[in-house]
Amino acid sequence: MELTLETLGLAESAQLLSLSAPGWGANLLRGLANSLKIAFGAFGFGVLIGLFGAYGKLYGGPVIRDLLAIYTTVIRAVPELVLILILYYVGTDLINKAAGAMGYGRIEISGVVAGIWVLGIVQGAYSTEVLRGAIKAVPPGQIEAARAFGMPPIMIMWRVTIPAMMSFATPGLANLWLIATKDTALLAIVGFSELTLETRQAASSTRAYFTFFLAAGGLYLMVTLCSGVVFGWIEKWARRGQPSLRGGRG
Amino acid sequence: MPTAASADPLPVSDTRAEAIQVEDLHKSFGTLEVLKGVSLNAKKGDVVAIIGGSGSGKSTMLRCINFLETPSSGKIVIDGEEVEMNADGSPANRRQIERIRTRLAMVFQQFNLWTHRTLLENVIEVPVHVLKVPRAKAIARAKELLERVGLSDKADAFPAFMSGGQQQRAAIARALAVDPNVMLFDEPTSALDPELVGEVLTVIRDLAAEGRTMLLVTHEMKFAREVANHVVYLFEGRIEEQGPPAEVFGNPQSARLKQFLSSVA
Ligand SMILES: Nc1ncnc2c1ncn2[C@@H]1O[C@H](COP(=O)(O)OP(=O)(O)OP(=O)(O)O)[C@@H](O)[C@H]1O
Ligand SMILES: [Mg+2]
Repeated sequence: MELTLETLGLAESAQLLSLSAPGWGANLLRGLANSLKIAFGAFGFGVLIGLFGAYGKLYGGPVIRDLLAIYTTVIRAVPELVLILILYYVGTDLINKAAGAMGYGRIEISGVVAGIWVLGIVQGAYSTEVLRGAIKAVPPGQIEAARAFGMPPIMIMWRVTIPAMMSFATPGLANLWLIATKDTALLAIVGFSELTLETRQAASSTRAYFTFFLAAGGLYLMVTLCSGVVFGWIEKWARRGQPSLRGGRG
Repeated sequence: MPTAASADPLPVSDTRAEAIQVEDLHKSFGTLEVLKGVSLNAKKGDVVAIIGGSGSGKSTMLRCINFLETPSSGKIVIDGEEVEMNADGSPANRRQIERIRTRLAMVFQQFNLWTHRTLLENVIEVPVHVLKVPRAKAIARAKELLERVGLSDKADAFPAFMSGGQQQRAAIARALAVDPNVMLFDEPTSALDPELVGEVLTVIRDLAAEGRTMLLVTHEMKFAREVANHVVYLFEGRIEEQGPPAEVFGNPQSARLKQFLSSVA
């Protein structure tokens, strides 16, 4: 008796989650794809900012260093939700003002681009600190040897500093990536249809809150698990050439 | 093994090309004056040993020659080409100093191999990326060099898995790969366990014998006497005494050198 009820309950959930209408599975997956797109873009944009930020903080002049200090302090001090609201509305407002000044009408800003820009700036502040620490952890002799053999600064950065710092940076960057995937949920507040918003819509239309939020949670968990595997590979690659910390097993 | 370079007595005036000329080199770190006017000449084929107590400025002098350290003042000429300097002593022309650095090769006390690259990758790195030698050619040459320093079976190993002696020999192969005009050695055996010193000295001895121009900072007095044709004794940032090894070691003039030699003996 109970067994049939349970089977029936599950059958109902399966129907709600099915990929074809009337199921909402396709909506959820579309939301997930959008979330991943933004997370990926924001993470990449953030690492790029972080690279410039870290080099600026380490080797820049006093003005650059002060500006970067303000950037990383403010971004890391203000709650992300507030930052997202500020950056999103200020950003779209500025772009529209600029467009208006140049004689264009209102511009419809793509949610993905806006999301990448907003989260990227947030991620950049954290990346700056992760990469700055990693660059500082590179033994100075490695860079000195490159200089002694006549490598120009940019080549030293690409061929020596960045590969050598990878092993120090990967754990921190892996964390940032996971934060990026979850921060995409905050974009629901500005009406961007990523996984969380799609889930909420599906849930409120069907009243099956538990089913849909559990499914969304499962999807986020899967992203995290897959990321763990990928970053495991990256870390292994980045640590090539270093004896295993565990000793004997590597 | 008989060595051509050390067997030759240094002629008083010879016609070999100048390899390195250092004139009135000064270097201060903040208020600490480390080099107080050092002048040094090395001709092609010379093996100059630089000796002196800890803190006397040996490393600083060597590092000023390739501008790893910015001299405070002075003049440095490599193969007849004067390094352009700003008023503050920094190299005025980045391209020039980078080009000159590729003709000097440095071997460090701590090896400083790139840890994320295999020994072979370390050796081909500068030829391929800085000197733009075709990769296949660089690899073939690197294999020869690794063979020469006795590491042909370790080409694909990473430095951290090698002994200090192996790492230093690889670092010497990396230096040879650029086909340098002058090799700069900064205490190449000081970081090594005593039983590994010999294998590195053997490689350096061979290089001296084939007429490589070298500046060698060392605490190995016996070795300096054997391979060098000129010895420079630094004391507190000045050259206190210099000359052929037989003179400097056999008949030291200054009291400080006498004391230094008896303290390291
Ligand atoms: N980057 C630096 N900043 C400040 N002081 C320095 C720096 N590098 C060297 N010195 C100082 O300069 C002096 C000479 O140092 P140097 O390394 O040239 O000595 P050395 O003759 O090579 O000694 P050792 O035999 O111990 O290697 C020392 O007093 C050292 O403390
Ligand atoms: Mg030294």
